[in-house]
Amino acid sequence: MATLEIRDLHVTVEADNSTKEILKGVDLTVKQGETHAIMGPNGSGKSTLAYSLAGHPKYTITGGTVTLDGEDVLEMSVDERARAGLFLAMQYPVEVPGVSVSNFLRTSATAIRGEAPKLRTWVKEVKEAMERLNMDPSFAERNVNEGFSGGEKKRHEILQLELLKPKVAILDETDSGLDVDALRVVSEGVNRVRETGEVGTLLITHYTRILRYIKPDHVHVFSAGRIVESGGAELADKLEEEGYEGYTKGGASE
Amino acid sequence: MAEAQNSPTLESARAGGPLPVGSTTAGSIAVAAESTVATRMSAPPSFDVTDFPVPHGREEEWRFTPLERLRGLHDGTAVATGEGVKVDVQAPEGVTVETVGRDDARLGKAGTPVDRVAAQAYSAFEKAGVVTVPKETVLTEPIRIAVHGEGGVAFGHQVIELGAFAEAVVVIDHTGDAVLAGNVEYILGDGAKLTVVSVQDWDEKAVHVAQHNALVGRDASFRSVVVTFGGDVVRLHPRVSYAGTGGEAELFGLYFTDAGQHQEHRLLVDHNTPHCKSNVAYKGALQGDDAHAVWIGDVLIEAKAEGTDTYEMNRNLVLTDGARVDSVPNLEIETGEIVGAGHASATGRFDDEQLFYLMARGIPEHEARRLVVRGFFAELVQQIGVADIEERLIAKIEEELEASVA
Ligand SMILES: Nc1ncnc2c1ncn2[C@@H]1O[C@H](COP(=O)(O)OP(=O)(O)OP(=O)(O)O)[C@@H](O)[C@H]1O
Ligand SMILES: [Mg+2]
Repeated sequence: MATLEIRDLHVTVEADNSTKEILKGVDLTVKQGETHAIMGPNGSGKSTLAYSLAGHPKYTITGGTVTLDGEDVLEMSVDERARAGLFLAMQYPVEVPGVSVSNFLRTSATAIRGEAPKLRTWVKEVKEAMERLNMDPSFAERNVNEGFSGGEKKRHEILQLELLKPKVAILDETDSGLDVDALRVVSEGVNRVRETGEVGTLLITHYTRILRYIKPDHVHVFSAGRIVESGGAELADKLEEEGYEGYTKGGASE
Repeated sequence: MAEAQNSPTLESARAGGPLPVGSTTAGSIAVAAESTVATRMSAPPSFDVTDFPVPHGREEEWRFTPLERLRGLHDGTAVATGEGVKVDVQAPEGVTVETVGRDDARLGKAGTPVDRVAAQAYSAFEKAGVVTVPKETVLTEPIRIAVHGEGGVAFGHQVIELGAFAEAVVVIDHTGDAVLAGNVEYILGDGAKLTVVSVQDWDEKAVHVAQHNALVGRDASFRSVVVTFGGDVVRLHPRVSYAGTGGEAELFGLYFTDAGQHQEHRLLVDHNTPHCKSNVAYKGALQGDDAHAVWIGDVLIEAKAEGTDTYEMNRNLVLTDGARVDSVPNLEIETGEIVGAGHASATGRFDDEQLFYLMARGIPEHEARRLVVRGFFAELVQQIGVADIEERLIAKIEEELEASVA
């Protein structure tokens, strides 16, 4: 069973000629089949955690370990991490000029699966996955994320999640910028992947709204670069009522 | 992609006069009483090199070009050597291939040299090549002209003439190492159709400066595909004018500028005849320190050229730091009685965020870069519409990617 283990993770960024510590000792274990929600106020370091796990070059790991099934993730390059089974649905997906969605998806699937998917079954697979996410077939011929609306970008991220079938999926604010319909469609996509029981999900969010569609097994409150409280789904209800104030006072904006 | 784009319509050009253009470099649409394309050249067109002063680099037409790397083509110090270039012409049956002297009456009909190097080439060549496709001859095989540099200095002149309603594809390959200046003329009779693919696949030290003049007959169509990969300095000047109404010109270009290379494409479409069309689309990818691409797109719609329909576009993809693009579209309109006129220029970067995104989907770095470049060029290649040329270009791009995008 695939397990992502994060131990005492410390991460810094370079900003204005100074080094700023963003993550200050994160501990978290995500097992295949589990869904963990990470909730926290703006600027608490949620995206930093997501990017650091995926290997974004802007973030420097200054301490701690991350392993996937015992393998040292921090030693791997960005593409190696993806091929090892990590997937990051980004808060702000990037536009890639000149590369069509269909070409991108196929190249990516080829890299992740280790061989090119058979063309006939692949075309069908993509088409059906797009239909389930209410994506117009014309998206396949557009350039990756170029001119996509916020909601379209998020659907495109979940499309990749469905096609690439990672071991651990990190979804960074996949819910933000979505209207209710889009939120439902995207959540259904995430749930389809979860129902296979083969993915561990790390759902990063600011709002509890998405948790009505995607039921987490565990909820973690993130503040000032670390997990400050963990609990079951009921913790989300508490946050819904009380907000983050109890956690941020005197902590977050140091 | 941090892209600046512009495609002003004629409406805006009419209403506002000169428009600021939001491209990464300068560009303009001018509603001019008199052509500034003509007035900004440092001397009027001439076949005689002595009519042009030696450029010092600040002239409008030379300001982007590294004169010191032209190996003397611009100042008369380059002298033809015996072993300059070897030219091999293979033509299907029905085509006449000749080598003629300087006084042959068929030379110099499509256009006149507009700068010192083109005039130098015209003043210095000894023999010219003339390839003729007789009227109503429709070729099913391309004419192939292989120009191979043998390490010397050469001045060349080539004429390709199609009689009325003739149809041909010409592929000109440039390989090897040379310092070459030349003029190429394309003369299209009424209703003729010519596709020319000029591939600059030079070795890394080569210097190649050439003016291409196309004279498009009534209802004729000319399609030029310029592909520049190699060379130290390549400066090409494709120019089109029309000999009758109903002519069409499509000018496509592709360049891949590597570290240290200077690749300059200066185009001019002179709408000097009513009811003609032109479409210009050039795309370039750059990578490495001091890779420098220059694209000048001049389109002139003369007062008499009613019913003109023209569009020009240049796009650049900068893959690494240290590369530089100068892209200057320039549309001059002397009559409002036209069908359409527009231009667009955009330079985008392939940046670390894009690379991260692709790699986060399992795609290795070198593959990610290739994916982007291949996709960028594919859009253009698909417009060419000649299947075997498209295939060859894709193969060529793959080869270039293999060699340079590591
Ligand atoms: N590349 C960077 N350069 C400088 N500062 C950064 C960088 N990335 C993150 N930070 C800073 O680190 C802190 C945490 O940012 P992060 O994006 O991880 O927060 P977040 O919890 O995802 O917030 P949000 O809810 O707004 O998405 C912020 O103060 C942010 O400004
Ligand atoms: Mg965030």
